Amino acid sequence: MSEILAVLALPLAGGLLLGLIGERAAAPLVNVATSLLTLLAAAALTVRVIVDGPQLALEQQFFVDSFNVFLVALTAFVGFTTSLFSRPYMRIEHEHGRLTRARLKLYHSMYQLFSFTMLLALLTNNMGILWVAMEAATLTTVLLVSLYRTPASLEAAWKYFILCGVGIAQALFGTILLYFAAEKLLGAGGGALLWTELNGVKGELEPTVLSIAFVFLLVGYGTKVGLVPLHNWLPDAHAEGPTPVSAVLSGLLLNVALYAVVRCKVLVEGSLHTTFARELMMGFGLLSVVVAALLLSRQKDIKRLFAYSSIEHMGIITFAFGIGGAVANFAALLHMTVHSLTKSAIFFAVGHATQKTGTQLMDDIRGLVVTSPAIGWGLILGTLAILGMPPFGVFASEFLLLTTAMRQQPWATPILLAALGLAFAAVFSKVQPMVFGETTAKRLPIRPAMIPVFVHLALVLLLGLWIPPYLAAWYRQAAQLIG
Amino acid sequence: MAALPFYAQLINLFAALLLLLAFAMLTQRRVLSLVNLFAAQGLALALSTAVVAWGTHQTHLYWSAGLTLLLKVALLPWLLLRLIRQLDVKWDVEGLINIPTTMLIGIVLVVFSFNLALPISQLAATVTRSTLGIAMASVMLAFLMMITRRKAIPQVIGFLAMENGLFFAATSATYGMPMVVELGIALDVLVGMLILGVFFFQIREQFDSLDLKHLEQLKESEE
Repeated sequence: MSEILAVLALPLAGGLLLGLIGERAAAPLVNVATSLLTLLAAAALTVRVIVDGPQLALEQQFFVDSFNVFLVALTAFVGFTTSLFSRPYMRIEHEHGRLTRARLKLYHSMYQLFSFTMLLALLTNNMGILWVAMEAATLTTVLLVSLYRTPASLEAAWKYFILCGVGIAQALFGTILLYFAAEKLLGAGGGALLWTELNGVKGELEPTVLSIAFVFLLVGYGTKVGLVPLHNWLPDAHAEGPTPVSAVLSGLLLNVALYAVVRCKVLVEGSLHTTFARELMMGFGLLSVVVAALLLSRQKDIKRLFAYSSIEHMGIITFAFGIGGAVANFAALLHMTVHSLTKSAIFFAVGHATQKTGTQLMDDIRGLVVTSPAIGWGLILGTLAILGMPPFGVFASEFLLLTTAMRQQPWATPILLAALGLAFAAVFSKVQPMVFGETTAKRLPIRPAMIPVFVHLALVLLLGLWIPPYLAAWYRQAAQLIG
Repeated sequence: MAALPFYAQLINLFAALLLLLAFAMLTQRRVLSLVNLFAAQGLALALSTAVVAWGTHQTHLYWSAGLTLLLKVALLPWLLLRLIRQLDVKWDVEGLINIPTTMLIGIVLVVFSFNLALPISQLAATVTRSTLGIAMASVMLAFLMMITRRKAIPQVIGFLAMENGLFFAATSATYGMPMVVELGIALDVLVGMLILGVFFFQIREQFDSLDLKHLEQLKESEE
């Protein structure tokens, strides 16, 4: 219990502290230190779950089970590595005059508060608080997306705010309907929104209400997942914000939103006893994969390219949860983990590359392997990993998914394969010349901080070859829970 | 069928008022009048919540009514008016909206909402269940308002009006959400409003206007 409190209190306190002292030169270090402490607390929480099993804390308001424990650890970990990456990155942005000290203060403070809202969304047992945390996650990132105050970034932030605000309002309506159905069984008051309580009585929840509620919840949280056709905000927000923000948006926020959808899906399916929720998720998932794959080849901006790749992967995961069953859910959970690690690593590499070449246009970036070998290799390895090349972890999860799809939803397999092939061709043909193409530029004098990139990629490689037994057990238990 | 108790009739009255105000907002072009209408809608919401609390002896709803009164009638309109004064957009008038067509679409939306709400409200045990359709309709109308407006402040008022409709849905279907959730939602709305305030100044500084036509440059590249 104290571990849960620490995981939540540390980023919150860090965010408030950085709001006060964020202009000092030490602020980036405080940011890293806060993230490190959060990671340590999350590690302690993970150990506690390994030793004692699932936990309920503070009058059941918070809980950890096999589904959210690895996501908490992942969020804290990527939060920490991103803070490491952002220290040199933001310093250079400041030296180039793109950001003032006041904006750096805003950045650091909001970065920690954003981590707090995501961890709160993951750890809370209350579906209402989950909604509040998701909305707060939007609010903390709006000003991060518009940090550069360029016309494009303002537009991206406005779109992000309005679309996600409207989306999340739909989710609130869904939550109200959920409470409405639950209140009859569990009585009015806080208990009727607790997920563990709802899960206990899900068989008796009113099916008509739950099916309407699920549509609202899926559309609402699905907007934040970036599911097509609700994805419009995502490429803009990723491309126009600072790169560390793109990394955490893509690597973490999308996962957390999807987590919310899946928690709702468990309840709805328990109540309906039909495949309604699954079919909706499969439909949205497949549409996202196909549309994103088609749009990938038209991208010119490297951050937009990888933003569309995120939509594609979120589609894959949603589709996998839609198929359901032990293997597909296992694949989806694994894919959530490896996508998060790989995509944030790619954004780190992309961040360095764009910072050194001074452009985000792919046509103007050439021969990274000559100008800066570490960035070049990091980018190409990350790209190969995200495109599903063996032996990286993404291959393992996509392979599991495709074999399951062949057995359970054979009609979808050719569509998925074609989309994956198309995405491979589009992304690889764009990234390859950026890394190996001819360039006249000289080798850059500054050494990039590439350690986070290679640590992430090593973990993805490891997960492709060997999944630690605890993690595999959590995946299996969570897969069973999700059904 | 027995006559409705007095308080239930009062709730229906406020619900009707809420819907009427939603339509009024849909057709209002002036920014200042929009803020007033928004405050009036907040007041109708607070009063109806208080009447539900009084009629059904749900004491926690008094808190909820007080919160609505404080936030939606006092604080948010005050913040909006201050913003409008500081940004000097007092006389902003929205052009280019076809009011009769918007009204017609609005009526279709109301019919749709009542149909959607019907199966749910039949299951509800609350005296206020008949108003669920109205709540849903005000959410839809606010949504429509957001779509049709081209300026930043009216769009935000639409967003806040949507929140009003959702709050009303919560009271009419379930006698309000648990207190901790309502507080969280209120906090989010308030923080969102403050952030938007900052954001408006950024947009203005960059474009010299709050017209959203400047914010339509990011598109898929097509050559």
